[in-house]
Amino acid sequence: MSPQRTSREQTRRVGPLASTGKYAAALDVDALLDDPATEIVVCCGSGGVGKTTTSAALALRAAERGRKVVVLTIDPARRLAQSMGIEALDNTPRPVPGVPAANGGSLDAMMLDMKSTFDEVVEGQASPEKAKAILENPFYVALSTSFAGTQEYMAMEKLGQLHKDAKKTGKWDLIVVDTPPSRSALDFLDAPERLSSFLDGRFIRLLLAPARGPAKLMTAGFSLVTNALTKILGAQVLRDLQTFVAAFDTLFGGFRQRAQKTFELLQAEGTAFLVVAAPEPDAMREAAYFVERLSEDQMPLAGLVVNRASTTPESTLSADGAMAAAERLRANNGESLTAGLLRLHADRARIEAREALLRERFAAAHPDVPTAVVPALATDVHDLGGLRQIGELLAG
Amino acid sequence: MSPTKRSDWPKVRVHVVTGKGGTGKSTVAAALALALASTGKNVLLCEVEGRQGIAQMFDVAPLPYQERRIATGLSDDHGRAGAVHALHIDAESALLEYLAMYYKLGRAGRALDRFGVIDFATTIAPGVRDVLLTGKIYEASNRNSRNKNAQQYDAIVVDAPPTGRITQFLNVTNELAGLAKVGPIKNQSDTVMTLFRSPKTAVHLVTVLEEMPVQETADGVTELRATELPVGGVIVNLVRPRDLDADDLAAARAGKIDRGAVARDLKSAGVEADDALIDGLLDEAHDHAERRALEDTQRALVDELDVPHYELPRLPGGVDLGGLYELAAALKEQGMA
Repeated sequence: MSPQRTSREQTRRVGPLASTGKYAAALDVDALLDDPATEIVVCCGSGGVGKTTTSAALALRAAERGRKVVVLTIDPARRLAQSMGIEALDNTPRPVPGVPAANGGSLDAMMLDMKSTFDEVVEGQASPEKAKAILENPFYVALSTSFAGTQEYMAMEKLGQLHKDAKKTGKWDLIVVDTPPSRSALDFLDAPERLSSFLDGRFIRLLLAPARGPAKLMTAGFSLVTNALTKILGAQVLRDLQTFVAAFDTLFGGFRQRAQKTFELLQAEGTAFLVVAAPEPDAMREAAYFVERLSEDQMPLAGLVVNRASTTPESTLSADGAMAAAERLRANNGESLTAGLLRLHADRARIEAREALLRERFAAAHPDVPTAVVPALATDVHDLGGLRQIGELLAG
Repeated sequence: MSPTKRSDWPKVRVHVVTGKGGTGKSTVAAALALALASTGKNVLLCEVEGRQGIAQMFDVAPLPYQERRIATGLSDDHGRAGAVHALHIDAESALLEYLAMYYKLGRAGRALDRFGVIDFATTIAPGVRDVLLTGKIYEASNRNSRNKNAQQYDAIVVDAPPTGRITQFLNVTNELAGLAKVGPIKNQSDTVMTLFRSPKTAVHLVTVLEEMPVQETADGVTELRATELPVGGVIVNLVRPRDLDADDLAAARAGKIDRGAVARDLKSAGVEADDALIDGLLDEAHDHAERRALEDTQRALVDELDVPHYELPRLPGGVDLGGLYELAAALKEQGMA
């Protein structure tokens, strides 16, 4: 129906179309982090795959290898946030306690506060009276707190700010960004474009028309629309909306420019995208979608991280062999511990085989995407020690 | 048929299934729909987040904005059979349908689309998207003999947004507060809210036994209760196999499993056991025992939530249609449907 919607619903595959690529090249995480040309690392992927943990682990590893790092997290688990000293949502990067300042590296962390980021943008662009009018408008309040997409847009806005800051002060030479757990993992790429196209939209211009003067723009079509809207929304909502749009009008140009700039920043050479996935069909499908979309948008893709992979030691015993042996033991002794061990082994071997197949298929479709496989840890990660361990596993 | 517990939710017509990303909420929603249909009910399974997950799980073509029958049960003694219909709700179509249905806005509806209003309303105008999605769920749950051609459902299962957004999604009146204080949209959201707050609705939360998802589930339960939305059950998904008992787990954790006994057992079962194989098995057991201990800690936290809970196994082969049937049977057996 509309351009922004079609861009989110990919209808074609992008790939080599004929390929036997069995194994993807290994992703060299340390080379990526050590390269001074790498200025921004964006971790993206669907919800629940461990993006935040991966971002934090990468940032910590880079800092301990001598980079001056700031990590922007979106919604870290409480204990992880605590261990990084960023429970306070004040939208300012803070030094992470307990990171040794070896090799001249440092680590700052922050958690995105989407509303105050939005407020700051408004305050930075409008006169004080105008900013006040906007901040109090019910449409703005709702837009800045609950609109699905604001978080994505504000994450990118904050990235732009941090980057500008880093260039100006030299405080950081690497920014690691976590992305919001969007219903579509791609929303954050579209957010700036969506906002721009919304601002350019006919509807907005129509809403602005009366405020701008001559009623000659009031075509029959427009009155049809306003009448319909009044009927559905009520006159008050329409008035609020008109006030909001009128007040926002002067900011539109600025917003569009910033959105464009952020997009260019993401395409720049110093940026590296890491697609994060878990070895599950849904997450891998989303990852494929993401990889293809990034290449279409000419975004620099550095590789794929597959988190929480099951591993099983090299074994001569197949899943079927183990199950058969377990059955034989159970027949003699229903409580056999060894039978239990064999069943566990079979279970793991099956899961591992399924995951390996998923990765293999992914590699065949995307042979150019270097991959890092991170084995699942037996326990949850919520301190620097755990992050360090993940960092080591990432580096292979 | 296996003897089955009676349903814990006999009065519930709208089952809202939420969960943290990666916990398998779509799988659970589909399994619940099947479980309900297997009791002879006519069930509608809705998805609202545009991922076409239902089509993938049931291996059918992508769903349009139209109810499609995707599964039919076997007839009972009275020749009746339950069925699962699926509906992919998108806000744009819901809005156009709504306009046509309530305002007879044929021409104006098209004009609205042309002017970008539909797009505006469904992507930018805050709250409107959720009002439309929940409005459609309400409509589907409130059909009666007056709409002649429309299907009537005994139950609706919603594959809802994730836990972090669920209260906002269902609490449509609040989302619109400050925007629409009066008028038809306000009335509409009030009616929807009345259904969601009633005993006809239950919000089920899917989790896995790990720290973050359990924490998020606890937060979700608190939030739902604070908003007076009816909390249903907690479905613990992807539970690890229980092949070792408590004593064996303790031994595995402490590294005190008797190697010699294991070697003898393997030999008696005809498995050629070298040291590497035994080491591997013991390593796996140790790892498994650690995870099981973690699961137990988290299970205790789930117990504290004081809501009925159900457990679903992790299927080593992954979830396919047969897997969904298995999970449906497990839910039914435990009284979820």
